[in-house]
Amino acid sequence: MADASTSAKGDLRLTRITKSFGDFTAVDDLSLVIPEGSFFALLGPSGCGKTTTLRIIAGLEEPTVGSIHIGAVDITTKKSYQRPINTVFQNYALFPHLTIYENVAFGLRRRGIKDVKEAVDKVLNLVELPHLAQRKPTQLSGGQQQRIALARAIVNRPALLLLDEPLGALDLKLRRQMQIELKWIQTEVGLTFVHVTHDQEEAMTMADTIAVMNEGKIEQMGSPADLYDNPETAFVANFLGQSNLIKGTVEGTDGDSLVVNVFSQRIKIAKSRSHAKDNSVLAGIRPEKIRIHPEGTPATGNVLTGGVIADVSYIGVSTQYQVEMPWKQELMVFEQNDDGVPPLNKGDAVVLSWESIFTFALAGDEDASAGSEVMPEDLDE
Amino acid sequence: MALIHAARSRVSAFSGGKASMPYVLLAPGLIFLFTFFILPIANLAQTSTQTPIAGGDTGEYEQTFHFANYVNAFLDNKEQFGRSFLYATLATVLALAIAYPLAYAIALKSGKFKNFLLVLVVAPFFTSFLLRTIAWKQILGEGGFVVPTLRGLHIIGEQTSLTASAVAVVAGMTYNFLPFMTLPLYASLERIDPRTLEASGDLYANGITTFRKVTLPLSMPGVVAGTLLTFIPAAGDYVNAAILGNPNTKMIGNVIDSSFFKIVDYPTAAALSFTLMIAILILVTIYIRKSGTDELV
Repeated sequence: MADASTSAKGDLRLTRITKSFGDFTAVDDLSLVIPEGSFFALLGPSGCGKTTTLRIIAGLEEPTVGSIHIGAVDITTKKSYQRPINTVFQNYALFPHLTIYENVAFGLRRRGIKDVKEAVDKVLNLVELPHLAQRKPTQLSGGQQQRIALARAIVNRPALLLLDEPLGALDLKLRRQMQIELKWIQTEVGLTFVHVTHDQEEAMTMADTIAVMNEGKIEQMGSPADLYDNPETAFVANFLGQSNLIKGTVEGTDGDSLVVNVFSQRIKIAKSRSHAKDNSVLAGIRPEKIRIHPEGTPATGNVLTGGVIADVSYIGVSTQYQVEMPWKQELMVFEQNDDGVPPLNKGDAVVLSWESIFTFALAGDEDASAGSEVMPEDLDE
Repeated sequence: MALIHAARSRVSAFSGGKASMPYVLLAPGLIFLFTFFILPIANLAQTSTQTPIAGGDTGEYEQTFHFANYVNAFLDNKEQFGRSFLYATLATVLALAIAYPLAYAIALKSGKFKNFLLVLVVAPFFTSFLLRTIAWKQILGEGGFVVPTLRGLHIIGEQTSLTASAVAVVAGMTYNFLPFMTLPLYASLERIDPRTLEASGDLYANGITTFRKVTLPLSMPGVVAGTLLTFIPAAGDYVNAAILGNPNTKMIGNVIDSSFFKIVDYPTAAALSFTLMIAILILVTIYIRKSGTDELV
């Protein structure tokens, strides 16, 4: 069963992939290069096309248009069983009639490998479940099944390992633990992992590179820090964490910074973090970057005055404030509870400030609420 | 078993810890089984060792614990026993061969027509079993399309007729028990998570290998249930042989029928019934052990 394509090695290249189901375009002219050996995450809300993209890579769906290469080998027309790609399915899809050992050995046996024992034992040790080899999948817990699904895939040493919401069915604590383990295993085996998720924290914890998908297209691609600190679109700014986006107008420049007028107050934005197309911008700042002071306190950096606290939530590590600004917009501020000062109260007049380097600018015609209507946590497919 | 325990503990929790509750709920079923199964079986066992009353009328028997009835009944009807199991096996194998692709298509490939096709599978039950069996006389008769077609293809000779033949009996049995084969097969195929099939493809198995290594093993409970539901009644069947057969295709059911109603030889009929029952029980036990599906169900 092994032909030329199963020995393909190299970067995965998707070229102008489109997938339509009737009138609905699930994936829209998507091009992507996933470097060999990387941990890559496709992140997006339900229905954004990330699972369809994964299924196209796996060979479970055929693209309407476009091509897929691994290194120099074109695998577009290869069936899933002919591709050097293995998948960890969302609900694991272990074979209920086979023992754990035989589940893990399945792929090796199909490729005609007679002596599977060493490889199977090794991978069961890697996922720390060698004692369960003779059990059936239904006798395992969710976390154990998850690891076996992973073992069943990586034992084949595929050129590419696909993970479809692999941690979605686990509870929060186990999910955190598995995130760290998955990352460790990826480093250990050195395979290319492509991970599909709607959970931004999961993507940020594990992936080297994240592609944020929305409506069948990639909104932005980059390292987790890059995406978080320097989002290019309102969708990315809101979907990856939370953002305050304030309408403003560019008035001029000051060295490497733009000077932006937001409702008659002036703030600075580094040019390198501006994605504006003209003078109209959305100035963005993350809630945890903002410092909050009682009115009258001198503040440096970017300063916005005239705020009134509309709501206070004390959540242990931090206090979250909703601050109503003179232009009736509520800004969010997360303040670490690390200075022994009691939280401010609802109705207090406050000044907000932050280091100007943390500000980013988006095109002014963007929908400031894009990507924020749905909390990623609600998107269990 | 675990399920029953769980259900039982839940029931007792619900009724405030009354341990008697499960038995109360079981009572109607147990009373029914006792009255309509245990008692008749005991009666049958009793009848099977009786002998005619000396100088008595036809149909008058007394209990003499004459176990030789079994030996005589079996030796006199070896041929019919053999034929019953042969025909039942043939009908079961044929029904499986027809029903598996059918159930597979309905369960995995029929999309929105699934329910409609299922209705078609059970639709024959809306007409009488007898009527449908008699219809096979027509189908396999000289006026039907089967015989001319087979003659045209030189599969059967010009002189060969299909009516009143073993072929007709097996065909009738296959047809009549087909739904009993199809429905359990459908149920087990439908239960297969399609993602396990995708996983198989993902793990380098092509379509045929996926069928052999995943689909078929996962549908084994349906195969076992379907073959049992076909084989057991087929082995005891007498209607198909009576309507579609000839004197040389008599099955054990026909012998029991005639010894009971025509010859009025109750002990022989009872002994044959018992022998058939035990033979089926033994065969079924071996079959279930061999198929090893007890873990899967």
